[in-house]
Amino acid sequence: MSATAALVRLPVWRARMVMCVLLAAFGVLAARTLYLQSMRTEFLQEKGQARYSRVLEIPGTRGRVLERNGEALAISTPVQSVWAIPGDVDANGPQLQELARLLGVEARELRKRFADTTRDFVYLKRQIAPEQAEQVARLGLAGIYQHREYRRYYPGGEVTAHVVGFTGVDEAGQEGVELAFQASLGGTPGSRRVIKDRLGQVVEDVESIRAAQDGQDLTLAIDGKIQSLAFAALKSAVAAHKAKAGALVAIDVRTGEVLALANLPSFNPNNRARLSGAQLRNRVLTDTFEPGSTLKPFTVALALEQGKVNPGSLVSSGRESLRIAGYTIRDPHPDGTVNVAQVIQRSSNVGAAKLALSLQREDLWRMFERAGFGALPQLGFPGEAAGKLRPAATWRPVEQATMAYGHGISVSLMQLARAYTMFARDGELIPVTLLKSTQAAAGTRVLSARTARAVRGMLELAVQPGGTAPRARIMGWRVAGKTGTAHKQENGGYAADKYIASFVGLAPASEPRLVIAVMIDEPSAGQYYGGVVAAPVFSQVAQGALRLLNVPHDAPLEPVPLPGEGEEAREST
Amino acid sequence: MAKLNLLLLLVLVVCALGLVTSQHQARKLFTDLERAQARARELDVEYGRLQLEASTWGLHARVEKVAAGALGMRTPDARRVRVVTLEAAR
Repeated sequence: MSATAALVRLPVWRARMVMCVLLAAFGVLAARTLYLQSMRTEFLQEKGQARYSRVLEIPGTRGRVLERNGEALAISTPVQSVWAIPGDVDANGPQLQELARLLGVEARELRKRFADTTRDFVYLKRQIAPEQAEQVARLGLAGIYQHREYRRYYPGGEVTAHVVGFTGVDEAGQEGVELAFQASLGGTPGSRRVIKDRLGQVVEDVESIRAAQDGQDLTLAIDGKIQSLAFAALKSAVAAHKAKAGALVAIDVRTGEVLALANLPSFNPNNRARLSGAQLRNRVLTDTFEPGSTLKPFTVALALEQGKVNPGSLVSSGRESLRIAGYTIRDPHPDGTVNVAQVIQRSSNVGAAKLALSLQREDLWRMFERAGFGALPQLGFPGEAAGKLRPAATWRPVEQATMAYGHGISVSLMQLARAYTMFARDGELIPVTLLKSTQAAAGTRVLSARTARAVRGMLELAVQPGGTAPRARIMGWRVAGKTGTAHKQENGGYAADKYIASFVGLAPASEPRLVIAVMIDEPSAGQYYGGVVAAPVFSQVAQGALRLLNVPHDAPLEPVPLPGEGEEAREST
Repeated sequence: MAKLNLLLLLVLVVCALGLVTSQHQARKLFTDLERAQARARELDVEYGRLQLEASTWGLHARVEKVAAGALGMRTPDARRVRVVTLEAAR
């Protein structure tokens, strides 16, 4: 052991080796850094961001549907939906009972859903009230979650059910205006990226991924007051006459707006548990029927327009019947001679048929076509019916005659009401709309003003004593209109004891503001004439609507007496 | 030179502190904004609900029933209504 021994030099290679190892370690670190920094940088940054940044959903609410005065007809409000992850649910008997009670479902049903642990998501109950949802949350059960949804409410209920329609559980329109204007009503949810702090509060807005788009509000032409008046009047008429169904539409002649559109039977759009097809049908727009005598004014108008006759021309002796190809047209209630005006006033089938036969069938067809029959009314409403108007070349002579009083042609009530705007607007047919509009409607001329006024005069005669619809009169305003009573078509023929009673009227007659069309399907309480069944509904609705619209009176304010014995003409069916 | 450096250092520190403070301020304000927006949404929902309630209370059928039943009102006879036409508006 000497001092020199301590100074023994270690072999150089050892130091070199240590240095190499260290260098290699550094090399590995550098390579790793390089790899992480360049190759995996995106992935890592994403992971890092995920610690603090979150993507939030921004709901886009569906627009409201309003009536013309701003009263809401359909509104979305938030509700909660309760769902569960079956595998995570841990609830004892009483808790389960309590949950079932809060949700309003059977405990047995809940147990069944929780048993299926293969699924990660089951709805327990969708769309419950927020207060109820809070109680569920307070139970503090594991594996039970909630999320917010929107539910549509319809304050108008059955009164506006057919116009507004309804949405499905996911807020997509399914019927009516809700479906027709889905594109503008529907909102699109957006999302944004934010930074959240430890407490879960949003501290910074990073970026907006997609801006949420709220749906636009939609203002309808419907007037809530007139609508509820119309619905009530129709409802009592349908009940009083034990009818199968009824429909009514009221059009503002100045703007072409649909002020009221009512259907019966109706339904409650807020609770659609038991719905039948009959309740859902919008008879004004989607159903067509043979209009019967309400079509006579068009035949008469064409005959007048072509200068073939004038209102005083004699058409029929009143007792004659018309035989065409083995088919007899007769007036069941003959009542003296019939001139052109009386064809409408007393609704003479023979008279209308004779006028029609004096015209070219192509001209008659063109008249109906220009009145809008056989074509969609272009309201954009789902399921609108175009009706049926066969080409003139296929008409047989007897059909040309019966077409004059509305047989062999089918129309919807909306088409019929719209066609009558030509008599209300001195010969102009106007487009109709379900949306509120402030502009005067631009019409297309179909008749000369002179003819239109002459027909309007005849329509006014029809509601006077001696006409078919004296019950359509109202106090303070002159009205005009035409009744229709048609046998219902069934299995390709006409049912002997089933009728459709209708009435289309204008008010006030001096300067029409409203066209109201009423249809009562299968009145079966004894009365079935349009003048008895449908005209009173017109009268009630017109009276109220004219008052609500502040239309000045054009007749003396004397009570209108009910028609006396023999003052009411019986209509031919 | 050293003096200038010191001064720059000071400026730097002040700037850094300013940045931190303003960032903090921004976040605080943002939270406030967020809270206000949430409140706005809540109020919006509330507004919708109230509108719904108003529509339900204001149903024409109900108003008519209350007016006719509880308040004993009725629609005036047309003879007792005077319609005034504004000449200027015609």
